[in-house]
Amino acid sequence: MMRGESWQTAEIPGPKKAHLITDPRIVASLIKRSSRPILVVGGEADEAVVNYAIELSKAVGMPIATTPSTLKAFTERGFKEAHPFSAVEIGERLRDPDWEGLDGSGQYDLALFMGFKYYVSWLILSGLKHFAKRGEGYLTTISLDPYYQPHATWSLPNLTRERWEENINGLLQHLRR
Amino acid sequence: MGVKGVKVKFKELETAIGRFKGLEISIGRVVEEIPEEPIGPTPFPSIAELRDWDLKLLRRYRPFYMPFCDLCCLCTFGKCDLTQGKRGACGLDMAAQQSRIVLLACCIGAATHIGHARHLVEHLIEKYGRETPINIGEDAVEIDMPVTTLVTGVKPKTLGDLEMVLDYCEEQLTHLLSCCHTGMEGNNLDFESKVFHAGMIDQIGMEIADAAQISAYGFPRADPEAPFTEIGWGVVDTSKPVILVIGHNVPPAVEIVNYLIDHQLYGQVEVAGICCTAHDITRYNAGAKIIGPISWQLRFVRSGIPDVIVVDEQCIRTNLIMEAMKIGAPFIAASEKCCHGLPDRTHDDPDAIVEDLVSGKAPGALILDPDKVGEVAVRVAMEIAPKRRKSGILPSREEVVEWAKRCRRCLECRRACPNDLPIPEALERAAKGDLSALEALYEDCIGCVRCESACPQGIPIHSLIASAARERMASERFKIRVGRGAVQDVEIRRVGGPIVLGEIPGVVALVGCANYPRGGIEVAEIAEEFARRNYIVVATGCAAMSMAMVKDEEGQTIYEKYPGVFDAGGVLNIGSCVSNPHIAGAAIKIARIFAKRNLRANYEEIADYILNRVGAVGVAWGAMSQKAASIASGFWRLGVPVIVGPHGLKYRRMLLGRREREEDWYVYDARTGERVYVGPAPEHLFYAAETKEEAMVMIAKLVMRPSDTTKGRAIKLTHWIDLHKRFYGCLPDDLHLYVRRKADIPITMRDEIMKFLEEKGWQERPIPDPTLLKRLIRG
Repeated sequence: MMRGESWQTAEIPGPKKAHLITDPRIVASLIKRSSRPILVVGGEADEAVVNYAIELSKAVGMPIATTPSTLKAFTERGFKEAHPFSAVEIGERLRDPDWEGLDGSGQYDLALFMGFKYYVSWLILSGLKHFAKRGEGYLTTISLDPYYQPHATWSLPNLTRERWEENINGLLQHLRR
Repeated sequence: MGVKGVKVKFKELETAIGRFKGLEISIGRVVEEIPEEPIGPTPFPSIAELRDWDLKLLRRYRPFYMPFCDLCCLCTFGKCDLTQGKRGACGLDMAAQQSRIVLLACCIGAATHIGHARHLVEHLIEKYGRETPINIGEDAVEIDMPVTTLVTGVKPKTLGDLEMVLDYCEEQLTHLLSCCHTGMEGNNLDFESKVFHAGMIDQIGMEIADAAQISAYGFPRADPEAPFTEIGWGVVDTSKPVILVIGHNVPPAVEIVNYLIDHQLYGQVEVAGICCTAHDITRYNAGAKIIGPISWQLRFVRSGIPDVIVVDEQCIRTNLIMEAMKIGAPFIAASEKCCHGLPDRTHDDPDAIVEDLVSGKAPGALILDPDKVGEVAVRVAMEIAPKRRKSGILPSREEVVEWAKRCRRCLECRRACPNDLPIPEALERAAKGDLSALEALYEDCIGCVRCESACPQGIPIHSLIASAARERMASERFKIRVGRGAVQDVEIRRVGGPIVLGEIPGVVALVGCANYPRGGIEVAEIAEEFARRNYIVVATGCAAMSMAMVKDEEGQTIYEKYPGVFDAGGVLNIGSCVSNPHIAGAAIKIARIFAKRNLRANYEEIADYILNRVGAVGVAWGAMSQKAASIASGFWRLGVPVIVGPHGLKYRRMLLGRREREEDWYVYDARTGERVYVGPAPEHLFYAAETKEEAMVMIAKLVMRPSDTTKGRAIKLTHWIDLHKRFYGCLPDDLHLYVRRKADIPITMRDEIMKFLEEKGWQERPIPDPTLLKRLIRG
């Protein structure tokens, strides 16, 4: 289903909807162009999502903010760059232009989301779409879950698990080039 | 005497200009003098009178808005696009619009409780008399209505006294609702302050409703030994006629029981309830039974077990009459708020109504007289039951398989499901004769039936799930204590000190609806975890039911395992939705009884006390309704944080503290006037957790208060750290913010924590006598 339709049928946002990611190279390009990207991982992250998150982080040196209940999965894999923040806590901080970031070096210009319940990231991304000011513009957000998230700036479409894995693997390949 | 006006009532008055009956003159209101306690600074506060307190809270707990929609469509200027800083035609921006919608929701919630209270009080005055004394706890409760006294300054003594307080609530609500009109309030924080006001007023409305029904109906009066009743699908004796009552306003259900008793029919008819009417009818008569929370409505109705369905108000499925017609069960609507298109038979002869309903000539009736509902419901149930033979519409196993074969895997059901349940996969297996995946959906299904509306094949998916789980449903038999009502003063005397000092680690209030992300079992797990750890666990509404619907290995429910006292390790069913103010009341009474603070019209001081000293947290894991929103906002203003489940994000704004923003966490030391850093305690005021594990860790964190003694803080830290390690696998990375003195550190963790603190450059800091109110500085 390669269309920009909300996965939950009734979750229609309004006039501003996410651009559809039709090729993982788009995401790779956005990440490479970003000066400060961050990956946000939610409480629905399964083993595969955690593994992909670690690989994405390592590929570009991108820090991870993760829902605390997923933190254990990262530490069990020996990965130490995951910082515990709940969905609403990281959402509120990414909204604030003055937040100092995980390392004290300031705000992020790109936030990628994966491993969330659909409606959880739908709402967090809505908060960021409307309120996360960055200079004259707004924070760029990317949803990497296998569902179309209309409030993101860029989103994957609704995908089967297999097609989703192809997309994430493709993204990793492009990032590593 | 605090006077806000004069109100005079005459039964009969003869004057030079004529003779008047039932004359009432209102010129504002009089605040009754109570000799032992002076009136405080804010009797009957107006909508902006507590604004300073609200803004103090909102400076620390800032709103994080998550709009549900980019647009505003509330006036004909619109639709207006409010995306990314745009303003609507009225000038409102998105932050103000979101807080306006929250206010609207809270006004709806508060109006529902206040309207409920008004109808209840009018009915009970008519039935029992205006002078019926308020009595919610016999001699064990001196402060019958702590919320009302705290807000207004009055102590109602009779049912008649409640009317004046309701007048105040209705007046405030009208003003609040008016603020939502186009061209009124324009600032999001001012909207938020009004949200708090709506919540506070809502607490009074609920308190009135419950005080009235406890007093008049003789519900358990603050009784830790309130009797047990049964809950679950399987508790109903299906060999008898069954009357199902649904809703929140209990008089029709009471009159059903009364009619059965008065006509020597008690025991011959089953009276079973869903939602808060079920709570309240079992408080009236423990022989009544509870089917379950609101999510049980359709699955139970479709089983065909109910012979008559009686609905009053709130949380009723609004097309339930159509479902009743499918099973041939007459439907009686008993509230003018929910007429359901039925003809008004209130003044008809009961014989005629019974005849029409039993013969099927009429599918239902609107009867706005609880006594008549009692008679009609019982007579119809007894006459129709032998004819209906409990015929339901749940398909047989074979029919489930045939229905499942019609599935075309379009995924529309899953895309409509709030919990994204794997329905298509379950149907695929069912089509091959394996119903186990369908059965597995039963626990997580909230009974909204959006899947059926979405299915282009017309597959009755909810019925298929219920049918696949038929055996499991039939075996649902649990024990629950009926709602006990208020907390006794003597209980407060016993635990007030240990709670304020932190030695009882906290009070966890599990409240609200059944919109759970993964079934009601999670509520039971949360309750068990904290009861086992010697917190005080109190519960109301659907959450109180869900907690009961799980048994341990020995076949006991949580209410059988733990005592019903307000003490460490107690698990209390407080009652229905309108019983929530007893929880707020317990916190308020701690300030009064333990700390000797004046209550009357002294809201700000008591809220400041609770925020800084009383380690209470509300958890509404399945919060769904506008009522839940207003209930939560009543707790926020009082300084009690609330955690919701992930669906609670749809309330579209959180109130979040920022632990690293040091300047937000200073208080005055009331002894010296110095400003003292106390750490982020409590860290948030309104918080949504994604998982039950996250909720549990956050509960343990949010019960910490600046006033905790070192012993108390050590106990609270022990639980927080233990849960954090268990679920997250490590020490909290912000632990250093919650350790004030070395003596705070739990002895068994001393080495590990000291090492952590040294790495963070931690230093000891003082423990003040905390307050946010400069006027309370004594030194």
